[in-house]
Amino acid sequence: MPNVLPPEFSDLEPFAAWAVHGEKARYEKRLASTMDELQEFYDAAFARIDEALAYLERFAVEDLSEEGKRLLWLYCALCTVAFPVEAWRQPRVPDSGPSSIDAVSEPLV
Amino acid sequence: MAHFEKPAEGSWTEHYPELGTGPVSYDDSITPEFYESEREAIFRKTWLNVGRVEQLPKVGSYFTKEIDAAGASIVVVRSAKDEIRSFYNICRHRGNKLVWNDYPDREVSGFCRQFTCKYHAWRYALDGECVFVQQESEFFDFDKKDWGLAPIRTEVWEGFIFVNFDPDTETSLHDYMGSIGKGIEGYPFHKLTQVHRYRAEIGANWKLFIDAFAEFYHAPILHGGQYEPEERAKMGDVGYEAIQYAFDGPHASISSWGVIAPPKDPSMVKPIERKLRSGLFGPWDAPDLGMKELPPGVNPTRHRNWGIMSYVFFPNFMILIWKPNWVLTYHYWPTSHNTHVFEGTCYFAPPKNARERLAQELAVVSFKEYGLQDGNTLEATQKTLESNTPVKTFPLNDQEVVLRHLHHHARQYVAHHRAAGGQA
Ligand code: FES
Repeated sequence: MPNVLPPEFSDLEPFAAWAVHGEKARYEKRLASTMDELQEFYDAAFARIDEALAYLERFAVEDLSEEGKRLLWLYCALCTVAFPVEAWRQPRVPDSGPSSIDAVSEPLV
Repeated sequence: MAHFEKPAEGSWTEHYPELGTGPVSYDDSITPEFYESEREAIFRKTWLNVGRVEQLPKVGSYFTKEIDAAGASIVVVRSAKDEIRSFYNICRHRGNKLVWNDYPDREVSGFCRQFTCKYHAWRYALDGECVFVQQESEFFDFDKKDWGLAPIRTEVWEGFIFVNFDPDTETSLHDYMGSIGKGIEGYPFHKLTQVHRYRAEIGANWKLFIDAFAEFYHAPILHGGQYEPEERAKMGDVGYEAIQYAFDGPHASISSWGVIAPPKDPSMVKPIERKLRSGLFGPWDAPDLGMKELPPGVNPTRHRNWGIMSYVFFPNFMILIWKPNWVLTYHYWPTSHNTHVFEGTCYFAPPKNARERLAQELAVVSFKEYGLQDGNTLEATQKTLESNTPVKTFPLNDQEVVLRHLHHHARQYVAHHRAAGGQA
């Protein structure tokens, strides 16, 4: 498979499936994952967060390359999984039962 | 133990004697009968916020809104005269729903030059005038000018579009918003154009969900798990006190403490928040919105530890203004006595770079995590309130004064409506 992230983040390519557009899609992936999977992604992405922030800071959102957009979305997904990993210790919000809150419109990138 | 001064009466609640201090019944939240009265007395009589002017960027931009509580679907449009107009979303010919795509019950938005009915192609100009009737000469005593769309009173306050289904209302939107609204005028809402919208169907009465967002007494407990353990323990000890509550008519405002964006000590917050410099209170590095000074109703006491304003505009609209220059709005659209549609919308300044976009994302997903906890808790509350239980009234403390106030006004509206001979 060709790389989807900027070349300097090739070590994160195994997690490219997290680099998807839309909070809804990222949240669904979180709910479909085990804690081990979330932890593994979190650890890998968090280890490169300083470099990623430095990269993202260099671009206006509308000037991001396709790879740059993927990197942004991958780190948006890190936000999505940070709650289970850092706070909840489970993929779902505790005591949230069947309730859901869905994104109905978001920025294009 | 009080950290913030209360009114001379000794409490916020007693400062407003009409609210009383006794236990409160929630029988205004559990029966179809009361809800039917609310539809007539409140949702067809007061000003309802349906969106913002930025959703209608040019002449011909429109969106529809399904307002079950008022029994109406409406279309809101920017007319050729560059005015914001609203109409009942119904064709004058034989009542077909005028504006919709694929699924008639879903809200839509878009751009058009005229509205064309899907059924027999009658056409309406953006100001509602009927401009084309198929085989017009087949109709009797007919002038299409008499068959324009039915308008709804529509006014704009600070870029927020409101409608009022009562054609006889004597209160302008500006007057309706009262001193609470006046105090926010001039806030640069129009600069916060980076928008994330969320929607949820909640199995609880609309007022109960407002209750959840109108007090922070629950925050250290229900949401404590989001904090680092030491911080959580501290919050549990201190509890919550507002800096100030204010009321005008049915509207309320809460000024709250919050030195968490940025936090005094970074170890208070989770690792991702430290890295992204963001969290539930928003990105820590506030964008410059060109404000010399906050409007007088935002941080009214000019407290140095102020963090957030919450405004409850009766009946179903909340605005939250956060210290780091972003805004969250909540809408609660009832669909029955024990269900409603909740909308949460985050407004940020456009991010200057992709890193700022990421910091905003963390604020948005944090809002969602909290909302999910509140939503599910409230569905359980609704069920237990409706259950066969001897527990009928509930004590509300002084930090829950906004709930007391909301239920008081809902009951007042219904009582006046019934006294005036209202059927429902
Ligand atoms: S119902 Fe709309 S044109 Fe006939």
